[in-house]
Amino acid sequence: MNKTKGTSITSVISASSVGTMIEWYDFYIFGSLATVISTKFFPQDNPTAAFLSTLATFAAGFVVRPFGALFFGRLGDLIGRKYTFMVTLLLMGGATFLIGCIPSYETIGFMAPVLILLLRLLQGLALGGEYGGAATYVAEHSPNGKRGFMTAWIQTTATVGLFVSLLVIMGTRAALSAEDFDAWGWRVPFWVSILMVLVSYLIRKNMEESPVFAKAKASGKTSTNPLKESFGKKLNFKFVLLALFGAVMGQGVIWYTGQFYAMSFIEKTMSVDKEQVDSLMFIALMLGTPFFLVFGWLSDKIGRKWIMMAGMLIAIVSYRPIYENMYQTTNVANKVEVSSSNSMVNNVNTVTTVYTDSTVRKEIQKTNTETGAITTTVKLSINGSDKQKLILLVFIQVLFVTMVYGPIAAFLVEMFPTKIRYTSMSLPYHIGNGVFGGLLPAVATYLATNAKTSGKADWYLEGLWYPIGVAAVCLVIGVIYINGKDKEIND
Amino acid sequence: MNIIKKVLGIVWLALGIAVGYYGLTILGIPKLTSGKQDDLVFGIIICFILLPIVVGGLLVFGKYALQGEYDLIEDNPEHAHFKE
Repeated sequence: MNKTKGTSITSVISASSVGTMIEWYDFYIFGSLATVISTKFFPQDNPTAAFLSTLATFAAGFVVRPFGALFFGRLGDLIGRKYTFMVTLLLMGGATFLIGCIPSYETIGFMAPVLILLLRLLQGLALGGEYGGAATYVAEHSPNGKRGFMTAWIQTTATVGLFVSLLVIMGTRAALSAEDFDAWGWRVPFWVSILMVLVSYLIRKNMEESPVFAKAKASGKTSTNPLKESFGKKLNFKFVLLALFGAVMGQGVIWYTGQFYAMSFIEKTMSVDKEQVDSLMFIALMLGTPFFLVFGWLSDKIGRKWIMMAGMLIAIVSYRPIYENMYQTTNVANKVEVSSSNSMVNNVNTVTTVYTDSTVRKEIQKTNTETGAITTTVKLSINGSDKQKLILLVFIQVLFVTMVYGPIAAFLVEMFPTKIRYTSMSLPYHIGNGVFGGLLPAVATYLATNAKTSGKADWYLEGLWYPIGVAAVCLVIGVIYINGKDKEIND
Repeated sequence: MNIIKKVLGIVWLALGIAVGYYGLTILGIPKLTSGKQDDLVFGIIICFILLPIVVGGLLVFGKYALQGEYDLIEDNPEHAHFKE
């Protein structure tokens, strides 16, 4: 057990968590500003630029993160945790800042989307290396019996990073006119990153190397080839597979369902107004975030395995009832109409319907004057009571997220020996979250669209079969194959 | 429990093959051949990233399970780190 003073462990957790939170912030602002970015760098009338845009979205999240895990995991096991996760922080901060500096497609032409794609790939690479380093660093400073609680602070950073990115973007929008934001203001959240990264770098710079790794290095027990030892030897590789299929794969899909699919479902399938969706997601996530710490702490008392497995089981059995309930809450077929009005302005026909519970539905039909094609969009403004119900239903899903995600850093750290810990835990984490979780919106949308085309009555629930199926396989493997005893990490 | 772990190895092997078959025929190939840019990237990721990881991983996992590699840690002296 590491004897670490209360103040120093607080510094370790703060330095690691703030840096990781900033990396998530950097990763999310690209997604949050995707619409603006695509108009500046990826003109849709240019097929190659549009292709690069899709590649930037998919590749950074799914393909590059596991490579970052391998590259930086190896470095972390060779030269140390502290230096490696400082490199990932600077790499991420530098790439994010530069995205904010690249001239638009109109100014430098085709170089603009190419540079953006390259910088986005660097972001994915850095994120792939950061998480494993921060989790390992904190875990190796933590005493036995508190590791779950202390690493849970790292687990809050993905959600907090999302909050901060939304706050900075909202703040910038509020401070500038719509024209200024569109012209140059969208770059500000990217520039802000470099300041946050520099502060975090200065804090991390003064931290000591992990005591567990330093001890292993001093006694010559570090690995000379972490990749070969992690994945080339059956002795360890079987545990990498077990971590992926018995824990992280299910955690990844539950995380994405609760934090992103719920948001997309309310906005696109239920057609609720974007601002209302943002605010209700914001409240649900804020209410849920402290539970990462609660379940991390609880995992120190009753073990990691059963909390994660319980989270998966409850999610599997309750996803369909929850989403059915969400859908029916705002379904206007269940509401009584009060009035309906029609207005026509510049080939845009708007039908506004008001219901007894104050729900307002707007159906906007735009006619293309050249082709005569009509596009229809529906926007729903929901009442306070429906909003509260949706907040509760999303909050329940966030609770599932905190059950599976809160204890997982400690669980992964304890699964592998010091000399190959960074490498071995990073890869399954980023495959589980980046590949299994990251593909969830695309696969779920595909399943729902197919069901809708084939005329299935509850088509809107079909997308849930992907997270339910993946989590169910993971649950069976986890329950049967994972040893529920938490481990000593000073091997 | 060790017998259950071994027998389930066959299930993971079969699941790996089934995911590979249905993943390619239902998701991967239709996306690759749809002619749309977005679908092409999605299809490439399904066929060349997701399916190799899932299918390859499940096949190796199933093989290890069948061979008794995941027998109770206490019964498996190979992995020193997992000794209680």
